[in-house]
Amino acid sequence: MKIQHRETERHVLAVTVDNEAGILAKIAGLFTARGYNIDSLTVADISENHAVSRITIVTHGPPQVIDQIQAQLERLVPVHRVVDLSEEGPHVERELALIKVAGKGENRVEALRLADVFRANVVDSTTSSFIFELTGTPEKIDSFVSLMRELGLVEVGRTGIVGMMRGPNGA
Amino acid sequence: MVVERRPGTDIRAGSVFSRGRETGPVQVKVNEVSEERSGASILVESLVRQGVEFVFGYPGGAVLPIYDELFGDERIRHILVRHEAGAAHAAEGYARSTGKPGVVLVTSGPGATNAVTGIADAFLDSIPMVVITGQVATNLIGTDAFQEADTIGITRHCCKHNYLVKDPTELAATIDEAFEIATTGRPGPVVVDIPKNVQVATAELGDGPVQRPKRYAPNMVGAPDDIAEAIEMIANARAPIFYTGGGVINSGARASELLREFQRLTGAPVTSTLMGLGAFPFDHPDWLGMLGMHGTYEANMAMNQCDVMVNIGARFDDRVTGRLDAFSPDSKKIHIDIDRSSINKVIAVDLPILGDCATVLEQMIAVWGSRKPADLTEWKNRIKGWCARDSLAYPKRDDAIMPQLAIEKLFELTRDLDPVISTEVGQHQMWAAQYFGFDKPHRWLTSGGLGTMGYGLPAAIGAQLGNPGRLVIDIAGEASIQMNIQELGTASQFRLPVKVFVLNNEYMGMVRQWQELTYESRYSNSYSDSLPDFVKMAEAYGWKGIRIHDESELEAGIKAMIAHDGPVFVDCRVAKEANCFPMIPSGAAHTEMLLYGDQVAGTLEDEAKALV
Repeated sequence: MKIQHRETERHVLAVTVDNEAGILAKIAGLFTARGYNIDSLTVADISENHAVSRITIVTHGPPQVIDQIQAQLERLVPVHRVVDLSEEGPHVERELALIKVAGKGENRVEALRLADVFRANVVDSTTSSFIFELTGTPEKIDSFVSLMRELGLVEVGRTGIVGMMRGPNGA
Repeated sequence: MVVERRPGTDIRAGSVFSRGRETGPVQVKVNEVSEERSGASILVESLVRQGVEFVFGYPGGAVLPIYDELFGDERIRHILVRHEAGAAHAAEGYARSTGKPGVVLVTSGPGATNAVTGIADAFLDSIPMVVITGQVATNLIGTDAFQEADTIGITRHCCKHNYLVKDPTELAATIDEAFEIATTGRPGPVVVDIPKNVQVATAELGDGPVQRPKRYAPNMVGAPDDIAEAIEMIANARAPIFYTGGGVINSGARASELLREFQRLTGAPVTSTLMGLGAFPFDHPDWLGMLGMHGTYEANMAMNQCDVMVNIGARFDDRVTGRLDAFSPDSKKIHIDIDRSSINKVIAVDLPILGDCATVLEQMIAVWGSRKPADLTEWKNRIKGWCARDSLAYPKRDDAIMPQLAIEKLFELTRDLDPVISTEVGQHQMWAAQYFGFDKPHRWLTSGGLGTMGYGLPAAIGAQLGNPGRLVIDIAGEASIQMNIQELGTASQFRLPVKVFVLNNEYMGMVRQWQELTYESRYSNSYSDSLPDFVKMAEAYGWKGIRIHDESELEAGIKAMIAHDGPVFVDCRVAKEANCFPMIPSGAAHTEMLLYGDQVAGTLEDEAKALV
């Protein structure tokens, strides 16, 4: 007998929660306890009075598991709303990355040229290095990073994505 | 089981193309073929390779494949307990008394949750233990399946490390690493959660050592500069003290020898935590007794007044320090610990030394070299003055056995037999620590950090298995013993001659003592009502039962207990309202000890009541 693995799909969940102690651990713990996957997770306070945070979770799993994830999250008392952006229709996903590239001569010029193509900003510079700030879809960041790999990539930091539905309605 | 042969692989393994040509007839070496085995079989084989003698466990649905592998396997003896808490504590007792890791096997859900107290206990007392828990099949995890519990989540903060094994190919490496993590660095419990389908699914297991990345490397050797500085501080001290803890015991018997050697070189007086008893001999002239809440007056005063404190494998527990701002205010503190997070956690120290106790003591002895001990006459005279308070004195009574006397008598009559002592938790535990003498490590098994009632009987069972032929006594209270009383059956089944010596005062004595001191003797729920007839109960389990009512029966009762070749339960009726002194009341300083003579009753401020 061998362990079977099922086909999975990727989903982006926007979760609005009470900003209370331990809530992030509770949500992360729910994912490990029930064997769900976390590909990326971002969290930040989004309310004026610091009462509410928004957590964006990218996960993957078979469809019925994704549905369970949503239901299990909604069962947690501090969770207000769970919106599956991938189900709700068209949505925007953005991620921010800081990318450090070191090098001299032609590589340095080429890095700067590509940064311009990708609309990355230079946020730090020395005579032998740059830090680029790049915002976009995860795919865009992936392609920029892979280009930089040839030109002296030193370090990458990524935030994980935040997402939002298109159109006038809120999540 | 059917061995799956892989054509192609074994031809290469048999070296048809090279050796075959040179030596003539081709011989395919069958034993070089790795066989496919079930996860359960890989687990059992891995345990055997780790040298495991005993597995303490209880079967259930999610571990049936493992139990089937154990069936008829004579290399590992399975000790069937009566409750999973008993399995975990028995493994702790085995580990603490032998220095080898204890192994626990329980099923998913309630099996695992019942073992959690023992896991937490082993975590706080740094006991090496590997706990195998069954889990529902991987495809059922997260569905609230029958007997599903999030074992990994539940044990996350009460074990040193845990794993959920999702594929049998990972099993051998996981078990190998689990034992390494449990037994090296600061020891502790490691939980390995194995879903049922992973136990059934197959993978290869090679014959050689497991290949895996090495990612755990605790720091064993102290930094030479720190060692040199420590030796300067100790050599120049006029009032030094060694404050030793469970780390010395965990570091192995060699650490206790080195401690004695280093003490001989320096002449420093020695005190120990509850967990460290036995590392230094109780009858040594420089032994101050245990320190802390129920420690001796001289140990606590010496801690308060010393100029250089050398903490060897202890952790400044709140039961030891008393009020923090009054803790040894004028001393320079050296702290030897293998766990970086223990350093500066509670008490800021002047010189931390990160390393293993035995290794660091060896380094210190080498650097000390041929120095002569400093003249500590003045310091030792002051200590003599504190000893003269005779803080362990207690009032004698004619109409009842004082519990302290019972322990003294038990010690006197068994000391030549070099017994292993376990305890439950409460007054009897403290009396055992105060009035029983220990001169070797691995003889004292007690639940120190977590304070788990019900620890002693299963721990004694584990210790008896690890120390066949040795006298093993659980010094118990009538309340604690009932928390894992079902394990009497385990001792009967495996013919273990453990002794249970209950100091029966018909109270949860320590709770009652605190109620006396802080709640004007309102004994809320701290009495033992509806007690069973312990002698009849012991007999019902096939044990010998002995009841001691009166001091005149004490010696004969203890001798009969020792003489009986089998398990014995002694119900020793003691003075009901005896209290455990000396005592540093909660929130008080080392210098504010209560001795028996000046015991007080009353109430406390809310701030003091809030302290545990």
